This record gives sequence, structure tokens and C-alpha cells, in this order.
Amino acid sequence: MTKSELIARLAERLAERNSQLVYKDAELAVKTILDAMASNLSQGERIEIRGFGSFDLNYRPPRVGRNPKSGSSVSVPEKYVPHFKAGKELRERVDLSLELQTPVREST
Amino acid sequence: MTLTKAELADLLFDKVGLNKREAKDMVEAFFEEIRIALESGDCVKLSGFGNFQLRDKPQRPGRNPKTGEEIPITARRVVTFHASQKLKGMVEKHHADKQG
Repeated sequence: MTKSELIARLAERLAERNSQLVYKDAELAVKTILDAMASNLSQGERIEIRGFGSFDLNYRPPRVGRNPKSGSSVSVPEKYVPHFKAGKELRERVDLSLELQTPVREST
Repeated sequence: MTLTKAELADLLFDKVGLNKREAKDMVEAFFEEIRIALESGDCVKLSGFGNFQLRDKPQRPGRNPKTGEEIPITARRVVTFHASQKLKGMVEKHHADKQG
């Protein structure tokens, strides 16, 4: 599922409920949610969505790496990388789909 | 400070102009649609943010750390998240800016 498919599915939900809201609203909502998540996370703020999961930053200490081509050593500075941990409900629902033998599809 | 569903709903109220009920429902539906896709075996690609992928892990031998007893860890399907280059770049930029 891509971002535009997600927007389309949310718009379908709105239509099913006879909501006043339309596709454009779903589109702006998805953009607003993702922008807020990206900007909060990049400022080091944790994201915690009950039943879905949490996002935070993991620290990577500085290290001496190697240029695989030349073999010369380069110092890699410390950095932070985004990390996601699935919540209980998501974990259980996804694991159940394995028992039901649903195949994994790489892309939509 | 932690970003939660309540804060996201407030943003939809303030910035998108949804009413409180619509905002709460929209946030709930947003995460539910992602869960539905993942539980149906579909990976989720949100450009500019990241990809949620599925990995099937085979059964492997495990151990009860308390008793030392050997018990198999059953086969399972797990969700992994890979941040997009854009999100990784935002994280590194903020860190670099803070360092001055």
C-alpha cells in the first residue's frame, strides 16, 4: 500500500459514513500526520501510538569505518537513527496472519 | 514530550479544520488502515517517511533464561520499519544543527 492508496482508502471510509469530508481532506490529513511525525521524531521527540507502536531515535556512537574501495580508514561521527517498535495489537494481528498463511506481498 | 494520537487529532482540528470527532476518527482510521494492510500481508510505503515491511522468521531454538530449559521459539511474522532517506536526513540535520 502506498501513500496515495492509503488516502484513497481513508476517502472511501469517509464516503461510507456519509461524512462531509472528501478526498482532499483525507489527503491533507495524511500529509499533516506524517509531517508532524517526521518533524517531532527528528527533534528527538518520541511518538507513541497505542495499539500501533512507538518511534524513537537510537544513538549510534562514533566509530572508525573503512572505505571499502580504498581500504583507508575514515572516522564516522556519532548519529541518531529512527527506530520503530510494533505495539501489542499490531504485533498480534500481523503474527496471526502468518498462522492463516497469508503470503507476504513485496509491493502493491 | 511525546507525540500521541490525541496530539495528532488536535493538529487535524487546528490545521485541517476537522471537528473534534472527525479528527479523532481520522487519526484512528489512519493507523487502522496501515494495520489492515500489514495483517493482509501487504507492505506499506509512505514516501518521505518510510516503509513498513513484513518478515517471516522461522522457528528457532530458545531457552527459558530462568530455568535453562530448552523451548523452541515458534515461527513468527514481524513488522520492520525502514526510515526514508528524507526522514534520516531530517534527524541528522537536527542533530548537526544542535552541535553548532
